[in-house]
Amino acid sequence: MPALLEIDRLKIDARGDDDGLTPIVKGVSFSVKRGEVVALIGESGSGKTTIALSALGYAKPGLEFTGGEVRLDGRDVISMPPNEQRALRGRRVAYLAQSAAATFNPALTIGEQVTESPVLHGQLSREQADLRAEELYRALELPDPDRLGKRYPHQVSGGQLQRLMAAMALCGKPDLLILDEPTTALDVTTQIEVLKAFKSVIRQEGSAAIYVTHDLSVVAQIADHIVVLYAGDVQEHGTADKVINRPSHDYTRRLMAAVRPPPAAGQGDESSDAHERDAPALEVRSVTAGYGKGRNGAPSLKVLRDINVAVQRGHTVGVIGESGCGKSTLARVMSGLLPASEGEVLLDGDRLQPSLHQRDRGELQKVQFVFQMADTALNPRQRIDHILGRPIEFYLGLKGAEKRKRIGELLHMVELPPEFAGRYPEELSGGQKQRVNLARALAASPEVLLCDEVISALDTIVGANVIELLKRLRKQTGVSFVFISHDLSTIASFADEIVVLYAGRVVEQGPTDRVLSPPYHPYTRLLISSVPELRIGWLEEAMETQEAKAGIDRVVKLTEIGCPFFDRCPLAVEGTCDREDPPIRRLGEGHAIECHRSEREFMH
Amino acid sequence: MLLHAMLRRIAVGIATLLVVSVLIFIGTSVLPGDVANIILGQMATPESLAALRAKLGLDQPAHVRYFFWLGNLMTGDLGVSKAGSGFGTIGTPISEMLVPRMWNTIRLAGVVAAVAVPLSMALGLLAAMYPGTRLDRIVTFTTLGLISVPEFLVATFLVLVVAVYLGWLPATAYMSGNETGWQLVKALAMPTLTLVIVASSQIMRMTRATVLNVMSSPYIEMAILKGVPRQRIILRHALFNAIGPIVNVVALNLAYLVSGVVIVETIFAYPGLAKLMIDAVQTRDLPLVQACAMIFCATYIVLIFIADMASILSNPRLRHPK
Repeated sequence: MPALLEIDRLKIDARGDDDGLTPIVKGVSFSVKRGEVVALIGESGSGKTTIALSALGYAKPGLEFTGGEVRLDGRDVISMPPNEQRALRGRRVAYLAQSAAATFNPALTIGEQVTESPVLHGQLSREQADLRAEELYRALELPDPDRLGKRYPHQVSGGQLQRLMAAMALCGKPDLLILDEPTTALDVTTQIEVLKAFKSVIRQEGSAAIYVTHDLSVVAQIADHIVVLYAGDVQEHGTADKVINRPSHDYTRRLMAAVRPPPAAGQGDESSDAHERDAPALEVRSVTAGYGKGRNGAPSLKVLRDINVAVQRGHTVGVIGESGCGKSTLARVMSGLLPASEGEVLLDGDRLQPSLHQRDRGELQKVQFVFQMADTALNPRQRIDHILGRPIEFYLGLKGAEKRKRIGELLHMVELPPEFAGRYPEELSGGQKQRVNLARALAASPEVLLCDEVISALDTIVGANVIELLKRLRKQTGVSFVFISHDLSTIASFADEIVVLYAGRVVEQGPTDRVLSPPYHPYTRLLISSVPELRIGWLEEAMETQEAKAGIDRVVKLTEIGCPFFDRCPLAVEGTCDREDPPIRRLGEGHAIECHRSEREFMH
Repeated sequence: MLLHAMLRRIAVGIATLLVVSVLIFIGTSVLPGDVANIILGQMATPESLAALRAKLGLDQPAHVRYFFWLGNLMTGDLGVSKAGSGFGTIGTPISEMLVPRMWNTIRLAGVVAAVAVPLSMALGLLAAMYPGTRLDRIVTFTTLGLISVPEFLVATFLVLVVAVYLGWLPATAYMSGNETGWQLVKALAMPTLTLVIVASSQIMRMTRATVLNVMSSPYIEMAILKGVPRQRIILRHALFNAIGPIVNVVALNLAYLVSGVVIVETIFAYPGLAKLMIDAVQTRDLPLVQACAMIFCATYIVLIFIADMASILSNPRLRHPK
């Protein structure tokens, strides 16, 4: 049987401002058979999305096809006239983007967008399309399928929107699906649910798919064939089993090495205790905080309730939990961006003013914030030396030659060449920008760095390099870290202590090795078991665990009474867990679990 | 939530109007001389001035006069003309003087808006549909040029070409109030043309910029990849998300058509509200000045309120809360 899609010596160039051409894809060939899932894997800049989009005859603005063919059923889609390309898009080849939140038009209903393509292409009447959409909502296990179409994108959750995008792509029964990092932005628990839904719906519909990702563990769950790309060239191409279990190319092996092992005890790099003093560097005591103004000064939406966390000098506290659990809010309280409504924040044992505006310059200097998105945190109109120079001048009072010297030291510290001082952020890659973002926080010579998802937007290899850098900085400077991430594997390798947040409460905390080995809080167990493993067949096994059955595909709900994890917990006791606040069980060495169940019962 | 936002904005609008009324009152009070001076002119003696001031209520303290004026304003009593500007005489009720002028202004503004708004939005959309093409460059260049030229120059140039050189239309748009049909069209043509040029450029540029901005968002790329035709992408996917800023610039331009067209009205001798206000300032007919100023401010506030409401209504997050 001939292949459905044949990509044949495809070349794509980027046209620069000076009209010069830079090759992005350098003669790539592979094919996709009917009913087959081919994964394109590589880091950003490898050209994987560009290649995948060529199956639709589409190149992003600024890119040009300069050679080769992309044949769908033998016809080249690149040289097709535009109206034929349009007739093909959505009908025969459908695209699923990375961020469903950005891909859905906020002003139109979900139903209109899901059914738009088949109706426009004359495949289905409006009524037929609505029925087909409803059928897909059911297949993708979306709630309230008969009324979902009338809602707007902002009215459903992120994981649901991601599955709705699959419905949008599948509505016209395309022969080929292009999936572009469709689970990268999701929490682990949502990711495995979405993966499962994609996999079963692809099997059911019998469509072929190109799956673009940088995450090998995800690929292992879904792909039949794998194409490994680097800088616009194919490095290795073979069946999933062969590429994952017997990789032959160097680059593939490097990619495999950068995949973090599933989180477990004993992966951490012990921090030295040389910098330790009596009082913790930063401590929050009985903090309650939230947004909005309710009665008698309490926030109308309590996001954090009664939180106690201490960060020892030179240590790293990892904060983990799904989105909506209050991780960023905790960092905002520590930094003073969001004053706590109850409780206190202590720096070196001294009480800090709750709000940023009341803290003095010395206190501000000691606690610095590293934001998730370097793109938005760095002013695009300021050069790097200006960005780094401001905090140096403001906190350390250095000017002129001394300031320039310090900027050089900072760039050296984050392993960037000194000439970067004269560049603008847009001239830097994602990983380099994140290093500058880090250097900006270090410029103040802080004692505590609050890192909010600093590597979440980076590729595996680039992210691993940033973690190595952080480990080195921790050793050299004795800075303490509060490291927020939804990625448990990163935290397992970097943190000395872990705080597990669920719905604004600490459900488990303690030394990393204790938290990552039994006994677990049921939520911790759910998080650990949801991290994809680089092993074919893992997804099916993971979906069978009782944690997965009880806890996956539920949203985090803030509750006032009882244990917030009640409705997702396989061990929940009705009448107790939903009515009474769980007791804190102290298991020694600072390890504590907040649960009604006893230590013996978590061990199962 | 929607009702709440609406009520809040109405309250803010009323508060703004009150603040404006104070400013207008102070502004007119500090003008040198008063109505008594003007009326008596050469015959003024200290005694006659004092007597006239007492008769006109000008001897009261400022805050008393303000509340008296405000109270009358709220009951719809705009007072009587104290100098007889325009075609009125001393003692003509101001409302009688305002109504025909207001009607003229509304007629001109209405005709201009009916032409300029659809025209400029269509041109803006066209330019945004084909960015970088010759069509886009011609439209962009022309509107940029027209924005940069002051309106009196546009008006004078039009008079020179259309009225003097070609002789197609009269140079002035003076109206007795009895014009009908063709006469009316001829009278309105020149000022309309001038104002359409001035108002369209801004709306067109804003439409183009906003739609282009929306066109670079991921959901537009998604629509392209779904095989949605270009026309539908612009009209269904992009325009709806661009409506907020466009409505705002339309509102500002409409408000300008009511209050800011004094130069055009003067050049074409068109008897509108703005010209009435200038006449009133020259004759120090303060009640008339105050009334005109209040009308202009109220127009701005009402139009901006409507624009705000339109942008709220075009935002599904506010229309359909979670």
